[in-house]
Amino acid sequence: MPQVTLTVNGKNSTVEVEGRTLLVELLREKLRLTGTHVGCDTSQCGACVVHVDGESVKACTLLAVQVDGCQVLTIEGLAAADGTLHPMQEAFREYHALQCGFCTPGMVMSAIDLVHKHPEGMSEREIREGLEGNLCRCTGYHNIVKAIAAAQDVMHGKRSELARAAE
Amino acid sequence: MYDFDYHKPSSVADAVKLLSADPDARAISGGQTLLPALKHRLNRPTYLVDLSGIAELKGVKREGDKVTVGALTRHIEVQNSPEVKSAIPALAHMAAVIGDIQVRNRGTIGGSVANNDPAADYPSAVLGLGATVVTDKRRIAADDFFQGMFTTALEPGELLTAIEFPIPEKAGYAKMRNPASRYVMVGVFVAKTKGGVRVVVNGAGPGVFRQTEMEQALSANWSPDAVAGIKQASEGLNSDIHGSAEYRAHLVTVMAKRAVADAG
Ligand SMILES: Cc1cc2nc3c(=O)[nH]c(=O)nc-3n(C[C@H](O)[C@H](O)[C@H](O)COP(=O)(O)OP(=O)(O)OC[C@H]3O[C@@H](n4cnc5c(N)ncnc54)[C@H](O)[C@@H]3O)c2cc1C
Ligand code: FES
Ligand code: FES
Repeated sequence: MPQVTLTVNGKNSTVEVEGRTLLVELLREKLRLTGTHVGCDTSQCGACVVHVDGESVKACTLLAVQVDGCQVLTIEGLAAADGTLHPMQEAFREYHALQCGFCTPGMVMSAIDLVHKHPEGMSEREIREGLEGNLCRCTGYHNIVKAIAAAQDVMHGKRSELARAAE
Repeated sequence: MYDFDYHKPSSVADAVKLLSADPDARAISGGQTLLPALKHRLNRPTYLVDLSGIAELKGVKREGDKVTVGALTRHIEVQNSPEVKSAIPALAHMAAVIGDIQVRNRGTIGGSVANNDPAADYPSAVLGLGATVVTDKRRIAADDFFQGMFTTALEPGELLTAIEFPIPEKAGYAKMRNPASRYVMVGVFVAKTKGGVRVVVNGAGPGVFRQTEMEQALSANWSPDAVAGIKQASEGLNSDIHGSAEYRAHLVTVMAKRAVADAG
C-alpha cells in the first residue's frame, strides 16, 4: 500500500493509504480530524475545503497520494495553542455567520484563502462571488458575507479587533 | 471509487512510457474532472500517472507574437499571469470564471483541453484564437484538434504538453454559467486575429464550433449590433434538464453581443 508523509496542522504524519483514498478520508478516518465535512459527492458544496500548501482545495476531490510531502491546514489547526480563535473564526462567531454549522469549516477555510488572495480588500460583491464553491443551506449567506468583510480588515491590519456585532 | 495504483514520474518521457505501457492507465493533472468521474465509477483505470511533478509542463511564456501556456498551468495561474493579462486579457478573464476558487486552485489548462467537455470554457479560446496544441510528439492546429463531445485528436497515451496562443488584436468572452455547476450553458469567444475574425461557440453544441455567419458580420462591422440580428439555428444543439436547444440557440446571440462588447 502506498505511504504518504504530510504535515497536518504543523504535525508530521506518515500514513498508509490506498491509491483511491481521498484526502478527506485520510483526514477524517485515519487522523480523526472530523472538522472537515463531506456534504456532496459532486465536488460542489465546499464543506470539505482545507488548505494545501496555503491554498484552498476541496479535500474530497484530491487523492491522499497527491498531497505527499505537502503542508495541510484544517479547521482544527486555525486557533492558537492557547485557544485564541483565528480572526475569521472570531468573526463568524461575532456576526452569527452559522446556524447548523455544517458548512462552516469549509466556509472559514475558503474565506481565509480569499482574503489572502485579495490583499487590496474585497467588496461585498467580490466576497459573494468568491464563495461560489461553498453552499450553505441555512443562513442565506448575509451574515457570512458580513463576517468575512469584518475579518479581512483585521487580517489586513486595518482594525485591531472586531466591532461587537452591531447589526 | 475502484482502487488503482499510482505513479508520479518527473519527466514527459517517463510519463509517456507509463501511459503507453497500459491502455487502461490514465493521466491525472488537477483531478477536478477525473476524480469526480472516478468517484461515480465512470472509469476503471489500472493506474494513474500523476503529471504534477513534471516541471517542464509548467508556466507561461510570452515570445514574440505568441503566449505559450504549459499544460500543467492551473486556472488560477492563467487568471493572475501578468503575461496573459497584458497580451490576451480575454483568456485571463475566461480562467477567472471557471468553476470556483478551489477548482481554479487545482484544475489545469491541459486537463481541460484534453478532456474537451462540451460545457468547458478553454476549448473556445483555443479554437477562437487559432491556437496550436503541442503534444509530446507533434503540433496540432486547433481547427483539427477538437472532434466533438469529449473527443480530440490526441491518440491513446499522447500527452498534451503546452498550448501556443497567437496574440490577437482584440478578443472577448461571455458565458452564461449553469448556476449550480458553474459549467458553461452557452459561451461565445470572439477574436480579431491576423487570420481574420473568429467566433466560437461552446456549451451549446456537442463540441465547440465556429459561427461563420457572425464571423462575416463582424469582419464587415466590429460591433455588438453587427451580431444582434443573427440567429443561431437550434438543430443539433444540446437539450437537457438545464435548457432546451431553442434556449441555447437564443443565448448564442446574446453571448456573442456581450463577447464583442467585452473585447471592446
Ligand atoms: C465544481 C466544478 C466546477 C467546474 N466548473 C467548470 C467550468 O465552469 N468551466 C470549465 O471549463 N471547467 C469546469 N470544471 C472542470 C475543471 O476546469 C477541470 O479542472 C478541468 O476540466 C480539467 O482539468 P484537470 O487538470 O483537473 O484535469 P484532470 O481531471 O486531471 O484530467 C482530465 C482528463 O484529461 C486527461 N489529461 C489531464 N492532463 C492531460 C495532459 N496533459 N495530456 C493529456 N491528457 C490529460 C486525464 O487523463 C483525464 O482524462 C469544474 C470542475 C468542478 C469540480
Ligand atoms: S464534499 Fe462537497 S465539495 Fe467536497
Ligand atoms: S449553517 Fe447550516 S449549512 Fe451553513
